[in-house]
Amino acid sequence: MELSGAEIVIQCLKEEGVEFIFGYPGGAVLHIYDALFSQQDVQHILVRHEQGATHAADGYARSTGKPGVALVTSGPGATNAVTGIATAYMDSIPMVVLTGQVPSPFIGSDAFQEVDTVGITRPCVKHNFLIKNVHDIAATFRKAFYLATSGRPGPVVIDIPKDVTDPNVKIPFSYPKKIKMRSYNPVAKGHLGQIRRAIELMLNAERPVFYTGGGVVLDDASKQLVDLVRKLGYPITSTLMGLGAYPGSDKQFLGMLGMHGTYEANMAMHETDVLIAIGARFDDRVTGQVASFCPNATIIHVDIDPSSISKNVRVDVPIVGPVKKVLSDMLGVLDESGGEPKSAALKRWWKQIDEWRGADCLKYDRNSKIIKPQFAVETLHRVTKGDAFVASDVGQHQMFAAQFYQFDKPRRWINSGGLGTMGFGLPAGMGIQMAHPQAEVAVVTGEASIQMCIQELATCKQYNLPLKIMLLNNGYMGMVRQWQEFFYDGRYSHSYVDSLPDFVKLAESYGHVGMKIEKPEDLEGAMKEAFGMKDRLVFMDVVIDPAENVYPMIEAGKGHHEMYLSPGSELV
Amino acid sequence: MRHIISILLENESGALSRVAGLFSARGYNIESLTVAPTEDATLSRMTLVTRGDEAIIEQITKQLNKLVEVVKLLDLSDGPHIEREMMMIKLKAENGQRDEVLRLVEIFRGKVVDVTDTTFVVELTGKSAKLDAFIKAAQEESVVEVVRSGPLGIARGSKGLKL
Repeated sequence: MELSGAEIVIQCLKEEGVEFIFGYPGGAVLHIYDALFSQQDVQHILVRHEQGATHAADGYARSTGKPGVALVTSGPGATNAVTGIATAYMDSIPMVVLTGQVPSPFIGSDAFQEVDTVGITRPCVKHNFLIKNVHDIAATFRKAFYLATSGRPGPVVIDIPKDVTDPNVKIPFSYPKKIKMRSYNPVAKGHLGQIRRAIELMLNAERPVFYTGGGVVLDDASKQLVDLVRKLGYPITSTLMGLGAYPGSDKQFLGMLGMHGTYEANMAMHETDVLIAIGARFDDRVTGQVASFCPNATIIHVDIDPSSISKNVRVDVPIVGPVKKVLSDMLGVLDESGGEPKSAALKRWWKQIDEWRGADCLKYDRNSKIIKPQFAVETLHRVTKGDAFVASDVGQHQMFAAQFYQFDKPRRWINSGGLGTMGFGLPAGMGIQMAHPQAEVAVVTGEASIQMCIQELATCKQYNLPLKIMLLNNGYMGMVRQWQEFFYDGRYSHSYVDSLPDFVKLAESYGHVGMKIEKPEDLEGAMKEAFGMKDRLVFMDVVIDPAENVYPMIEAGKGHHEMYLSPGSELV
Repeated sequence: MRHIISILLENESGALSRVAGLFSARGYNIESLTVAPTEDATLSRMTLVTRGDEAIIEQITKQLNKLVEVVKLLDLSDGPHIEREMMMIKLKAENGQRDEVLRLVEIFRGKVVDVTDTTFVVELTGKSAKLDAFIKAAQEESVVEVVRSGPLGIARGSKGLKL
């Protein structure tokens, strides 16, 4: 079979089983677009901005576990994609981004729409390639997909000069079956001796706690995690990225930890004697002040990436390996050992945790005459029976969604945790809906975030993506406003979002259904109506209390035991 | 503490900038860096000198290992090793000073590799500290130009950093 470079690009995508490619055409990728035109296997989704393409590919990847693919042109196409690439990088999301490049002879000449894409993206990709020869396309794609999806996943950029895809140069095509890279060998399993040591420590613990993160979701290790945690009967808390890996409604689950984590989760972290960290990376929003992080704990850390271990917090028992394999090995060792947890100590520990739970740290005013954002998220949970995919933007609404939508399944909570990218939610929702056409997909957003990628409403119309957008509209960049209230004496410098559009009309002008909801008593009915419209995108502009803050809160740089629980409260 | 790290990496364009970029992005310092192809044309060998406490050096080696193009890596400071740097130094040597300069070169076991009426170019290899000492011994006003390779390192013993 003789194919041109452009045809080889498409053929490689087919070989990798790519269903969708999110993209935007331009000069440098026109040969590839021409090859896309004459085939049916890979469906191209035309976004309205390249940032949307990368976030949509990302949402697809997060909700399926399969690599998301985006295609953009050179220059501004590539730079617009960078935010989405960096977002995926920070959260270790498998993604392959194809960027057009000016023809090879022009590289370095400041040609029209030329940027050094490989240079610009280098710090925010797992790896990147510049293809210099049509003969290298197939092998490069094979490597790119392998790198993106294996080990600690991440985005890979393939930069393709236009002449490499020349339709007039045809070469024989075959796709490499096997791949071996001498410089890249992700670990296949954890060290058994270390796993035994960890189990021994875990069984001798008096105040143990599991602290799990996005790695559990990424490795599809939910089942193994649930088995281990239930078997031991220990409490478990999760990072923002790990929500859903362990059922949020389970009694052993303490809720999210960290800056806006629950009182019981953070106090358990502070008091624990054995911390079992699994697929989590001790991010600063989780640890707070490192010096007072888990002061009494022996720390076990399971992670696929050796560089995550002892990066921010010194670890006592490191286990490098894929989470799923390590967890199942832990279960095996536990069974073999016949050991039991210390039941009396564990009973005392749960009693202590229940006392902390008594603080009811997520309480809010349920009788409010203005809609509280917490109430809106709880209503969303009720109406969707807790089974929706929830894509979120970044800010207060993100924290409320994380706190109040009890995620019982992995890959349902889709948000930009590491980079904190406003504008992520809507395009990510598109990727999720493409992958799960029958599922209910909610986008929880704010009036500031949504405007960062609002143009994607047109994409949703073109491809009939019936997202349900719940805009928690408080007129402010809520999280910025909250910090200004707390730390800048209420000087709300440029956090008020003036001149908002009429979101109902805006949604309608894109061909969607718009709703404005202003009273708590109207919320559930309206939401049911919205979710009842199975084939329409419904944009719910929910007017919420502008003064509501996210609690509990640990100030940046403070310890887990220093939390504000409610407005005006002292540190506890 | 000062560490000297040897790295085998794929001899591909961009590999060097990945290493350099890693150091600047994560705020590690590079004291020196040398790189050249090896007997295997697909591999380059890099010798990198950096400074940091134990935790930082641990992160540096882990982050370097994470780069897809890094094939193998060894912190030479973990064991006995030999370290050599080469320097070429152009010294003013006019009438009356020439013998003194030559004596200095001899003491340091250097070689004069270029001569003019007024200057010598001296080639010198050794540990970085020895090169420092030579510069100090040559009078400051006589130094016209200095070029140094940065240290190269190899571990002592029979084992080699190979594929």
